[in-house]
Amino acid sequence: MITLPASINASLMLDIVLLVMLLVVAGAIVRTRSLLAAIILFSIYSLISAVWLVVMDAPDVAFTEAVVGAGISTIVLLGAILLTRGETEKPDWRKLIAPALICASVGGLLIYAAMGLPELGDPASPANAHVGRAYLQRTASDIGVPNMVTAVLASYRGLDTLGETAVIFAAGIGVALMLGFGPRSSLAPPPAQLGDHHVTLRVAAKMLIPLIALFALYVQFHGDLGAGGGFQAGVIMSVAIILHALVFGLRETMAAIPPRVARSIASLGVLIYAGVGIVCMINGGAFLDYDYLFPPEIEAQIPGWILGDDAHAPHWGQHAGILGIEIGVLLTVTATMVTVFYGFAGRTVDDARREARR
Amino acid sequence: MADLLASIGGGFVLIGVALSVLGAFGILKFPDVYTRIHAASITDTAGASLVLLGLCLIAGISLVTLKLVFIWMFVMLTTPVAANALANAAFGSGHKPRIGAFHIMRSDERRQTPRGTDAP
Amino acid sequence: MNFLATHFNYIVVVILLMAGLFLVFSSGNLIKRMIGLAMFQTSAGLFYISLGKVSGGTAAIAVERGSAEAQALAAQVDPAYAAQRGFEGVIYSNPLPHALILTAIVVGVATLAVGLAIAVRIREAFGSVETSDIEVLSRVEATQPGPQA
Repeated sequence: MITLPASINASLMLDIVLLVMLLVVAGAIVRTRSLLAAIILFSIYSLISAVWLVVMDAPDVAFTEAVVGAGISTIVLLGAILLTRGETEKPDWRKLIAPALICASVGGLLIYAAMGLPELGDPASPANAHVGRAYLQRTASDIGVPNMVTAVLASYRGLDTLGETAVIFAAGIGVALMLGFGPRSSLAPPPAQLGDHHVTLRVAAKMLIPLIALFALYVQFHGDLGAGGGFQAGVIMSVAIILHALVFGLRETMAAIPPRVARSIASLGVLIYAGVGIVCMINGGAFLDYDYLFPPEIEAQIPGWILGDDAHAPHWGQHAGILGIEIGVLLTVTATMVTVFYGFAGRTVDDARREARR
Repeated sequence: MADLLASIGGGFVLIGVALSVLGAFGILKFPDVYTRIHAASITDTAGASLVLLGLCLIAGISLVTLKLVFIWMFVMLTTPVAANALANAAFGSGHKPRIGAFHIMRSDERRQTPRGTDAP
Repeated sequence: MNFLATHFNYIVVVILLMAGLFLVFSSGNLIKRMIGLAMFQTSAGLFYISLGKVSGGTAAIAVERGSAEAQALAAQVDPAYAAQRGFEGVIYSNPLPHALILTAIVVGVATLAVGLAIAVRIREAFGSVETSDIEVLSRVEATQPGPQA
């Protein structure tokens, strides 16, 4: 293997280069007047952030940022400028002085405050030495799941994640209320004919959509053992559905997954999540305390070979609880992203003009 | 032997990176959409393929090599299709090439409307 | 100079936060403001992840004790450092910020969608997404009877 001299830390070099790229892209977003350019640059910003997150030892977060930032965000923003306008007006430079001064002074104060922060990578910093280290020490004995980020998210901080799932559901309902009802568009591509230009796209999409859905399920169920989890899987699954809508027409996708069904699945996801918590309460524990998920008689009957290891310390409640809530998160996130997409894509320019004339 | 393969792999990675930089340079220098699509897809196909080949040689025969082969297959499936879709979109919204011209098929003649009047 | 190298992440994150905030304050276009807000959220996430990084660390996924992977990871760091800060020779990065930011990213895109839906409805009601036009139009509308419900 090629080795570098010890003084050059490859991780730090990558970190600095990627952050400089982020600065350049952020500057370009601020300066550009075309909204389409700003949206594509923002998608590039998210992708560079995803690479930076891998360098910072956060593969789960990198997954999420790549799919959400370069996928869903871009689609939703493009849908918005389709329904509004694609260029901004030229700003009067006098109006920019006050915001620039405010931002410069706040930035200066924050950098002054950052002088007191611990060094990058300091293992003895307050963040890394107490609570974080306790999670690393106790996950194996408390929960028995290799992926410690999933253990923190789904078990130790399960109540926070329930709140986040409810917020995502509420945002989906909000978009559905604002954009999702009323006359629907019938965006369908023209039927295939001689000289049709979209054959390549259709064939490639037919091959890709089942693979993307399979990958979403893999990420979902592998989230305990490796990087992954319900949030990433939900967004990846919704990307498969949105790809189908973009290539085959919104009418086909709405026939396969009607908007009513999407909204119902979203609420079902939150219900499953809270339901797991309530089952734990019924069996005598606290809300979302997975150790009480199975009554002791049932737990004694589960054979040890399911987890592949007779000597494995049995944390059946934890495993089943995490599996249950991750399914709830998958359903809610997928259905919410699909609802948001239906809201933006189903409202055509004609609808917008009709509303404006009322 | 493994060291020699690793060095050759490193060489391939460097060539792939150089091709990607050339692709980016091409996007800035080429005059219109269709030629820029050519330059951009060089980055994705030639650049990415050589980088992945170099990484396979560095990794030797292992699970990592299999994963890299799958990544290569996925990149080959998606990026040329994306370039095709981009060129289709440019054609459908009426972009005329600035270098040369293309022969419009009879079935496409009614699609060559000026940009902006194609309602969704 | 050493301060710049050790605190580079935080300085860049502050600049990115201020870029997003500048877009929110100064841009007249509602869509551009939402993009600025999304940049602000992403950059705040970058800050948390920077705090959780441990030098020489790897992703917070437990490796099997004594496996080839554990040995390869242990070979890359100083043994005394690993004995002090690591678990069986492997050093992990802090998993808590990762868990917090993971959900924050998805919540961020959901709120972005709500903001953009409001912008689309404003466009339909006023005919424009520039705040200068909307101010003029809403003043005009205030003097007239409201739209037919």
